[in-house]
Amino acid sequence: MGYQDIKYAVSDAVCLLAQDTTPASFAKYCPRYIDGILVTVELLLLSSFIGFFIGALVAVGRVSGGPSVRSLAWAWSYVFRGTPLLVQLWIVYFGLGSLGEEQLGVLWPFFKSGWAVGLAVLTINTSAYIAEILRGGLATLPPGQYEAAVSCGMSRGQAMRRILLPQAIRVAWPAYGNELILLMKGSALVSTITVMDLMGQTRSVFARGYAMETYAYSAVLYLLLALFLTLLLKMVERRLRVGGYP
Amino acid sequence: MFELLSFGDSGWGDDLIIGALLTIRLALASLSLGLLFGLVLAMMKLSRLAPARWLAEAYTLFIRGVPEFLILLMVFFGTEKAVATVGQWLGFETTFEVPKFAAAVAGLSAIFAAYCCEVIRGAYLAVPKGQIEAGLAVGMSRWQIFQRIRVPQLWRFALPGLGNLWLVMLKDTSLAAVLAIDELLRVAKVAGEATRNPLLFLLAAGLLYLIMTAVSDHLRARMEKRLNRGMAR
Repeated sequence: MGYQDIKYAVSDAVCLLAQDTTPASFAKYCPRYIDGILVTVELLLLSSFIGFFIGALVAVGRVSGGPSVRSLAWAWSYVFRGTPLLVQLWIVYFGLGSLGEEQLGVLWPFFKSGWAVGLAVLTINTSAYIAEILRGGLATLPPGQYEAAVSCGMSRGQAMRRILLPQAIRVAWPAYGNELILLMKGSALVSTITVMDLMGQTRSVFARGYAMETYAYSAVLYLLLALFLTLLLKMVERRLRVGGYP
Repeated sequence: MFELLSFGDSGWGDDLIIGALLTIRLALASLSLGLLFGLVLAMMKLSRLAPARWLAEAYTLFIRGVPEFLILLMVFFGTEKAVATVGQWLGFETTFEVPKFAAAVAGLSAIFAAYCCEVIRGAYLAVPKGQIEAGLAVGMSRWQIFQRIRVPQLWRFALPGLGNLWLVMLKDTSLAAVLAIDELLRVAKVAGEATRNPLLFLLAAGLLYLIMTAVSDHLRARMEKRLNRGMAR
């Protein structure tokens, strides 16, 4: 049984459970909404996870790299935060994608797939915001922390990984939570590059009957997703509060 | 290749600039309406009436959890439906089309207001308690404290947050391209399709957005500096 089959099984099971308690106009298209949610969650998990690592690298480059690394890290944050996500998606999918198979060669399967382009652009976009948030977190730490770590014999990388970043993450966590919610909302834009996420499914269901309920159901589902994320983030925040730190 | 970006009949440069101007108009219109609405929401949140607070809380919760794209589509198709329904109810056989620009402004300002009310509320509460007590001590009424101590400082405390929200909204105007409003991104898309060179035009649009956000950020920094003159840091 492949991954796709598991996803279908999940949406079938959820819809079977929900069919008696939800309105008929929802139950009719239920599997499509649930399929869409699964794609949205999938994109969200992958892009936030990979984006976090890239963001941490960029933040570290910003505060402790050489001049060229610093300006590269600055440009990364500046360009990806200074342009709309939708423009970034379209540049890669419609712009670079228009170069076609001959010019893109082995990269063609990537540019052809809305899902892959969506994932890559969401990841890069969120990494730029995360870098900025972590940089702010690192800036709040007293310089003595780094000096103490180095005088214990840690290398710069070790000091960063063991001492500075963990504290910066604790400081930056609430801001990161906001960014995660914004990423979830931004992920709806991948529907403009043919990805059938929750928004993509919503738009295609809407196109069938122009029923306003379609949007309402979708809004409720996004709200539930946001609520779930908020609770999850609060749980992690509580775990991060250790050793008497507020 | 770059002659495609030139001005005049042969190039698309002027069309892109006109699109960018529409983007700015869209953002400015949404800013003014959104500030007004945000102010009302902030007043509701600070109100002593519990239902007013609940209503404002519910509204921000909704906007914060639902994608901007979905909100815009809801406003766009929702108003169209509402107008048609009301028309039918009154016995008109209308084919009235809601102006797209107005629908986009309504949607964008509805989003802006939800975030903006938090900034205004925070700025209102950021006035140090000692100043309020000092006002009371010299015999000011609540209203006098409000208009002489709180309001004059509101702008200074709110500006950094509002600047951020402006940048967010400026970028969100690009969603109007999906509603077929001829703002910058849509002009770039159309030009790219017409000339079979989408990469060039979308990159040009990206660059113009970058310039607009950079200029906005610069202006905000200058305003902040001006507002904080004479303030101990």
